[in-house]
Amino acid sequence: MTSLPASTKKKLGLVIDLDTCVGCHACVISCKGWNTENYGAPLSDQDPYGGNPSGTFLNRVHSYEVQPLATSTMPHPAAQLIHFPKSCLHCEDAPCVTVCPTGASYKRVEDGIVLVNESDCIGCGLCAWACPYGAREMDAEEGVMKKCTLCVDRIYNENLPEVDREPACVRTCPAGARHFGDFADPDSNVSRLTAERGGMDLMPEQGTKPVNQYLPPRPKDALDQIDVLAPFLEPVVQEPSGFLGWLDRTLEKI
Amino acid sequence: MHPAPSVIVFTTLSGLGFGLLFWLGIAMPAVTGWSAFAFFVVAYLLAVGGLISSTFHLGHPERALKAFSQWRSSWLSREGWAAVLALVVMGLYGAGLVFLDQRWSLLGWIGAALSLGTVYTTSMIYGQMKTVPRWKTPLTSALYLSFSLAGGALLAGQVSFALILLPLAAVVQVLWWKRGDTALASSGTNLGTATGLARDGAAVRAFEPPHTGTNFLLREFVYVIGRKHAQKLRMIALGLGFVLPVVLLLLPFTHLFGALAVVSHLAGIAASRWLFFAEAEHVVGLYYGKRAA
Repeated sequence: MTSLPASTKKKLGLVIDLDTCVGCHACVISCKGWNTENYGAPLSDQDPYGGNPSGTFLNRVHSYEVQPLATSTMPHPAAQLIHFPKSCLHCEDAPCVTVCPTGASYKRVEDGIVLVNESDCIGCGLCAWACPYGAREMDAEEGVMKKCTLCVDRIYNENLPEVDREPACVRTCPAGARHFGDFADPDSNVSRLTAERGGMDLMPEQGTKPVNQYLPPRPKDALDQIDVLAPFLEPVVQEPSGFLGWLDRTLEKI
Repeated sequence: MHPAPSVIVFTTLSGLGFGLLFWLGIAMPAVTGWSAFAFFVVAYLLAVGGLISSTFHLGHPERALKAFSQWRSSWLSREGWAAVLALVVMGLYGAGLVFLDQRWSLLGWIGAALSLGTVYTTSMIYGQMKTVPRWKTPLTSALYLSFSLAGGALLAGQVSFALILLPLAAVVQVLWWKRGDTALASSGTNLGTATGLARDGAAVRAFEPPHTGTNFLLREFVYVIGRKHAQKLRMIALGLGFVLPVVLLLLPFTHLFGALAVVSHLAGIAASRWLFFAEAEHVVGLYYGKRAA
């Protein structure tokens, strides 16, 4: 059924720390690797080594320039570069699920993961239209809709060592910018991180109630003077002398 | 949004076909026998031809029957049911008219309601999309229904109704465009809410896309080619879709003018449908810096 469950026992999801992400795209690669070799249809590429490459990805990292507003204390604030990984947010009120005509899209009652049953998907693409985040991509080779599964075939997989039972993107992140856990539990790592750091919803006005939370970048340090010895040094040249000095004085007179 | 030819053909032809079925269902014109046969063949060719065309954009058309299962939640599924029910009921009603010279009026009225219902479900597939602010309005349903009724009246030879409904549909079209042009800006969704980075008055700008190449999202949702001709195309859509047919209907009636009016209307509606998709801005474009925010 493509109706949404009234509530889910767990709310599994990710916390993505925009303060820590270094934009290395390792999560993109590990996601593509795991999800091409495991559950469901592989994530195909079209013309991968040609002039116009394109492919299916469940996780993509954007980069944004943020120019803080000038203030009296900081008249010329430096622009910041924020790397922004984006994948399915496993919304509580997932609009992609209810539009599905076949029941292929569903949200699991037990853990809240939004999945696609690929053998029921007719590839109409309507769920991708309904998602404001661009989290669903139609695979050009298979003709079915692909999306983040929260690595459902890793997190419960008892054939893997326990340390690996988390989504591939979280496991691989070298900066520790991605965290996986249960948002229904107020004491979980992700719930505490969200509370401490002011985790935010993307596009809250769309009413999707995303489970995944984004931690905003922290204010950057503002150091007044780095070199304590610099004020004691004499400037090397105060007034130009010689030919340049003569030129400078002459030009001043004109 | 990518203006997929299969979907433009589908909404244009089926809208007209179900519009004609509506007028046939309420016995305007009250035809029987061979002339009823001709009217019903045209209506079914348009309606069914459109529906078949709509399956061309599916990744797995062989599983299309599964789409009847989720009518409780999905407008696309409801559209499938409404279309099949309308075609079955109108088929029975038409068979009575053509072969038995019998008019089962109640069946006709039910079929007419189901035909309009089909057009309404089609309109709601788009009208429900919060991600496309230009579509998310009851005016989208008004647009589809008014086009279908006007085009159906034209095709059914209901000249006096067509002369009222065609200008009415044109007015709905202009209102829909006018609202649509400010819909994204007034939707409240922008790059700031999309990224959450516009804090304390900071300005956010898309610096780098995730990949140097294109992808499904850009192809499907960030269609920009041809926007610069939008105003000209709007004039063409209004001119061919409504102005020329009305002028032709006002001239002394000949079958040639009647046929010209229908062809002109069809071309105008197709242009309007192309714009319906090509001009629609999906909010995912914000993440790619492809929308003025």
